[in-house]
Amino acid sequence: MIRLRNVHKSYRMGDNLLHVLRGIDLDIAAGELVSIMGASGSGKSTLMNVIGLLDRLDEGSYELDGVDMTGLTETRAARYRGQLIGFVFQSFHLIPFKTAVENVALPLYYQGVARRERNRLAGEYLEKVGLADRAGHLPRELSGGQQQRVAIARALVTRPKVLLADEPTGALDSVTSREVMAVLQGIQGEGVAVVIITHEHDIAEMTDRLVHLVDGRITEDRATARGGAVGEAALAGSGG
Amino acid sequence: MIDRDTWGEIAEVVTRNKLRTVLTGFAVAWGIFMLVVLLGSGTGLAEGIEYQFRDDAINSIWVSAGQTSLPYQGLQPGRQVRLTNDDYDQVVTRVPGVEHSSARFWIFGNQQVTYGSETGSFTIRAVHPGHQILERTQVIAGRYLNPLDLAEHRKVAVIGTVVADALFGKAAAIGEEIKINGIAFRVIGVFDDEGSEREREFIYLPISTAQRTFDGRNRIAQILYTTGDADLARSQAMAGRTTEILATNHGFDPEDPRALFVNNNVENFQRFASMMKAIRAFVWVVGVGTLIAGVVGVSNIMLVAVRERTREIGVRKAVGATPASIVSLVLLESVLITTVAGYLGLIAGVGVLEGLGAVLPAEAEFFRNPHVDLRVAVAATLLLIFAGTVAGFFPARRAAAVRPVEALRDE
Repeated sequence: MIRLRNVHKSYRMGDNLLHVLRGIDLDIAAGELVSIMGASGSGKSTLMNVIGLLDRLDEGSYELDGVDMTGLTETRAARYRGQLIGFVFQSFHLIPFKTAVENVALPLYYQGVARRERNRLAGEYLEKVGLADRAGHLPRELSGGQQQRVAIARALVTRPKVLLADEPTGALDSVTSREVMAVLQGIQGEGVAVVIITHEHDIAEMTDRLVHLVDGRITEDRATARGGAVGEAALAGSGG
Repeated sequence: MIDRDTWGEIAEVVTRNKLRTVLTGFAVAWGIFMLVVLLGSGTGLAEGIEYQFRDDAINSIWVSAGQTSLPYQGLQPGRQVRLTNDDYDQVVTRVPGVEHSSARFWIFGNQQVTYGSETGSFTIRAVHPGHQILERTQVIAGRYLNPLDLAEHRKVAVIGTVVADALFGKAAAIGEEIKINGIAFRVIGVFDDEGSEREREFIYLPISTAQRTFDGRNRIAQILYTTGDADLARSQAMAGRTTEILATNHGFDPEDPRALFVNNNVENFQRFASMMKAIRAFVWVVGVGTLIAGVVGVSNIMLVAVRERTREIGVRKAVGATPASIVSLVLLESVLITTVAGYLGLIAGVGVLEGLGAVLPAEAEFFRNPHVDLRVAVAATLLLIFAGTVAGFFPARRAAAVRPVEALRDE
């Protein structure tokens, strides 16, 4: 599903060139649940932005669902982002003046889906994350965990191939975190590649595979305890 | 891409921040309001000036005689210039471009006019048939003077409505005989005049009849003619030619400012017309300036709004919004605010003008019927949409340039 080869990315910070990604090779298969760990500044957010087509890579190649993703125009990147990728953020990033169902329907709006169909699908996904009864609520009327579940529904409503979650539990207590992780684990079953960025070990242990970044390089890539046999199979599948 | 949903998105944003929207819109509404009121007032001023010219044909030249003030070919200044029928004939035939023409013969003072037992005192104007057009006389019953009346020295009269009311009351005047200083004239027409009340107190007689009857011999007091569609330069040439002819006939310096009084209405009107043009240009400059201030305000506030919404725009981009859709989101919001607010300003401006027109006295001389015509309203509307686009352009560009990575970074 995701295929990165020798990816480099640097940022200019004043006069200094900050070399953030220094040759990343990474394959993630459909249906995998992967966590990326690393200290702050290790490049994990940049990696996510590159995978999520929010940022361009300087060097190397990136294939998503078999399509080359290098050198896209902003408009094409936006299209692919809408079709192939779903985002979940640490601070949810729901649009504050839209209700839960409107937030979930937003990506469909940008894909030109008709209003009725949009609302039907959005309702369906809200139900999937267990918030059907909160459809008409504004984000500020929901708890953190509920907001994150709305955000997950929004990320999934377009049936993406990849779900990128940047510290999805960073703003939540441990009980709620577990609930959110359960939802993410559930998605895995639908053939979506789920990539979670986290710095919490217990969260990483709830995924199948753990990729460790240090200074823009992958230093460790292993199946977790939970991953076990499932992870092995997935890894084998991603080889090609 | 611009459909009901797009407008829905914009309506959501606009109504979410009502106070800001209202304040932003107010600047634009005020700009267009000022523009409309100024333009309408300009029109009112122009109409007032045109009203001053309503009495007589605008394209006319009026010549009357005075006293020489310069010596000429051995002749002393201070001689009285007396115009004659011959002068009139020469001017009419030798000045190129004369359209309608008339001379005027004055009978001094008001004359005693009687009909049966009714009597009144009125002023006589002895003229040629062309006078009707020069004075814009409107015949409401019977007819005006014709060439045959002059050729046959007929004793006929065309009387003003005031005269008719005084002598005949409600009865028909046409065909009746009135006596002017004891001499009988037959009434052949009754006229109205848009000019002052005084204009309706005149009695018009054929100039030939009057000269013979009232001992005028061949004297005339004024020569007047219309210039057709001559422009300013041509009308001035005609006036100059007239002066030359009369100067030759009477032996005075053509440059003598007091020998002849030439009143060129074309010139007078041109002067006012160019003044109006200047006023109108000034009004546009001030009005558009005010509007620009409003537009800059909109642009400014939209920039702030875009900055405030950076995160939201980042989210929209993350979920698949293209740069074009972000641009249209901001641009349409700006156009919507300016157009709606501007339209309200337009309506308010037109309302004020209408109200002003309603309270203005009908006989107001210098300011009449202030209004904006449809063309100006359409121009203002187009200007608004254009202004909205301009106001939204820079904020929209900034919005499109929002980088989701930075917008969504967690602090």
